[in-house]
Amino acid sequence: MAPTSDTPPAPATPLLTMTGITKSFPGVRALDGVDLDVEAGEVHCLLGQNGAGKSTLIKVLAGAHQPDEGTIVWQGAQTELKSPVAAMRLGIATIYQELDLVMHVSVAENVFLGHERSSGGFIKPREAHSAAQDLLARLGHPEISASTIVGNLSAAGQQVVSMARALSHDVKLIVMDEPSAALDPDEVDNLFRIVADLTAQGVAVIYISHRLEEIRRIGDRVTVLKDGRAVSRGLPAQSTSTNEIVTLMTGRNVAHVFPERPEAPGAGKEPVLTLEGLTRKGEFAPVDLEVAPGEIVGLAGLVGSGRSEILETVFGARKPTAGRVLVGGRQLRPGSVTAAVKAGVGLAPEERKAQALLMTESVSRNVSISSLPRFSTGGWLDRSGERSATREAVRDLSLRPDNPDALIRTLSGGNQQKAVLARWLLRECRVLLLDEPTRGVDVGARAELYALIRRLADEGVAVLLVSSELPEVLGLADRVLVLREGRVVHTAPARDLDEHRVLDLVMEGTS
Amino acid sequence: MLSKSDALPAPAPEKPKGNGPAAGWQSHVDLRLVALLGVLGVLAAIGAITKPDQFLDVDNVRLILVQSSAIGVVTIGMTLVIIGGGIDLSVGAIVALASVWATTQATQDYGLGGMLFCAVAVGIGCGLVNGVLIAYGKLVPFIATLAMLASARGFAEQMSDGGTQIVEVQAVLDLMAADNRILGVPPLVLIFLGVAALGWVVLNRTTFGRRTVAVGGNPEAARLAGIDVKRQRLLLYVLSGLCCGIAAFMLIALSGSGQNTNGNLYELDAIAAAIIGGTLLSGGRGTIIGSVLGVLVFTTITNLFALNNVQSAVQDIAKGAIIVAAVLIQHQTSRKSSTQ
Repeated sequence: MAPTSDTPPAPATPLLTMTGITKSFPGVRALDGVDLDVEAGEVHCLLGQNGAGKSTLIKVLAGAHQPDEGTIVWQGAQTELKSPVAAMRLGIATIYQELDLVMHVSVAENVFLGHERSSGGFIKPREAHSAAQDLLARLGHPEISASTIVGNLSAAGQQVVSMARALSHDVKLIVMDEPSAALDPDEVDNLFRIVADLTAQGVAVIYISHRLEEIRRIGDRVTVLKDGRAVSRGLPAQSTSTNEIVTLMTGRNVAHVFPERPEAPGAGKEPVLTLEGLTRKGEFAPVDLEVAPGEIVGLAGLVGSGRSEILETVFGARKPTAGRVLVGGRQLRPGSVTAAVKAGVGLAPEERKAQALLMTESVSRNVSISSLPRFSTGGWLDRSGERSATREAVRDLSLRPDNPDALIRTLSGGNQQKAVLARWLLRECRVLLLDEPTRGVDVGARAELYALIRRLADEGVAVLLVSSELPEVLGLADRVLVLREGRVVHTAPARDLDEHRVLDLVMEGTS
Repeated sequence: MLSKSDALPAPAPEKPKGNGPAAGWQSHVDLRLVALLGVLGVLAAIGAITKPDQFLDVDNVRLILVQSSAIGVVTIGMTLVIIGGGIDLSVGAIVALASVWATTQATQDYGLGGMLFCAVAVGIGCGLVNGVLIAYGKLVPFIATLAMLASARGFAEQMSDGGTQIVEVQAVLDLMAADNRILGVPPLVLIFLGVAALGWVVLNRTTFGRRTVAVGGNPEAARLAGIDVKRQRLLLYVLSGLCCGIAAFMLIALSGSGQNTNGNLYELDAIAAAIIGGTLLSGGRGTIIGSVLGVLVFTTITNLFALNNVQSAVQDIAKGAIIVAAVLIQHQTSRKSSTQ
């Protein structure tokens, strides 16, 4: 492409223009020709469901990912963002949802991390301190001392430090990924005031949030992403109807194949899993729920709505502040995974590699790890019994390769997930908790997993399912609980709900 | 992995073929052990060349084995702790305390049985304290066992008043009498082999061993798979303490006395031997056979240097170099296998 730097910037030249950005990962096309333009001094909102490509797009913008195709024009000149440092030099700062601060050192040190105030290799702590204090004052937080250890600050305070770090560079564009997710309402007000100050100074903000009311309050324009494409560009944030936005976000074209739903699963059966007023302060309000054998219940909600926390509390990995969990009518010891597993509860956790798999071990050992007592007498392992049982489980779930001695890390994401399911199948569990069961699993393997989950339910397992992909919850579950900010706002049979309605519920909280 | 083992000239101890699909993984383990056997072979060759009369003498080989036995037993316990994701810095100090306590006049009155019981009980007791502090008190293993190192050694010095307590129980002294052999092997070596065999069985044939590997490899996954991670950790330190108790008794028999300097720097030797044997310091992987070979490599080097009148300072330098070399080789192998 010919350099465009010699074209004189027209007065209306956008600060940033991204055209036809494409990015593929093995098995997934995360961005499929996204266009985005941002003007100086505006708040540009980015909307889209999980998997729509928002995170990939902001990582491209931050220089963390290189696009396969497409052009980026910055202040009228075509450019490439080769690394995070390159993006930073141009004046693009990104504040991630997971703040990237060093918890054990002071605010000032964090603000100037990587570009310390120094001369001749010696840092100048006093200068850094006063410069950081100035930035904090500019952000409306003079009460935060630059010498405070960051780990001692609240989530909101840490966010301010992140912003101070962005401002310590000569920043022209700040990308904020769901900045309000961890904040209390009055902290959100302060965040908005800061955003307004920044834009008044000509800084542009790309603001990602699922909360429509926030977008209405501070947004200037909205771009909606769906399936790796921008389905609308630069809609007015104030006047576009909620209905229009939600319609743009839903109705994806990827066909999901879900197994047939039985007529009335679990009808007339005693519930095997019962939650009575289960509560964790600050995470979710009391939940009451009964799941019968053969039933799949889905929890729908945004990240941070408490869905995964509920699953982990049922499993005993978190201790409830109130309420109880019963399996087969018997109360589980709160906060004890061992007790839950003994009672026949299994969890396929969200982070498969970090939380479920023994990556250096074989498939067989990964599958049998929860059922070792079954294969042992007095602690002595019956290895041939173990092997034939795991071989059978591997065949039963048609794992590929169907070799139980293969190393688990050589398997694809979908087959690793099957191995986790095989672990609980072998354990003969009665309650299966699934947290994002198809994360990192390619489309073809998903249909197989769906069929497998339904089969397990048909065999009498009670399934509690969490997924950030609405079509998955709606297509697989029999009954859906919709969560918003730690509260169950709606319960209904899945067949009576559609994506549009659920999105309305989780974003607006009204029906 | 397969191609690598195929490319290897085959001095490997014959392994039954047709181990099925597990062969790929197995051959990977064998490769390390073969390398260690190779190192031992090289050392033996050096010994045979430099001191042909003395090194290959039966008495000298026996001496190497006897000198390996106490530290070897400690290394078995250490290996299990490290595979389980921990570290035990207190082993040398526990050995000292157990050997002092078992040789007090009061204990010696109970004869061999009483002394053995005392040594083992002290070892288990210290291991229990370590384990409770780490598993339930949530102390970092490094800190908890460092504290035990300091206090157990201090306690040992206090108890013995810094002196040497001579053993007067004949049955204990007989264990090391020059002509005491069982099938031609000194009893201490048999104890070492027995502990090593038990360690191997525990690691490879029991649920406890399987869980140890899981807890060391991925504690969060182990917890969410329903394993009682705390109990597992507690028991590992108790096992390590037990090994220290046994080793203390062996040292008492070997030297005919108990003193608070027994087991000096055993923690370093045991950790080094385990690592040379292929145990991953971050946990989740390791073998008992590797650790046994690691101990033998170390003792053989010491023996070689002693025969050739090399200063002990030089020996220590060589040991350090060997540890670095072993870990570098491990990095290479694990990188290769992870890119396949």
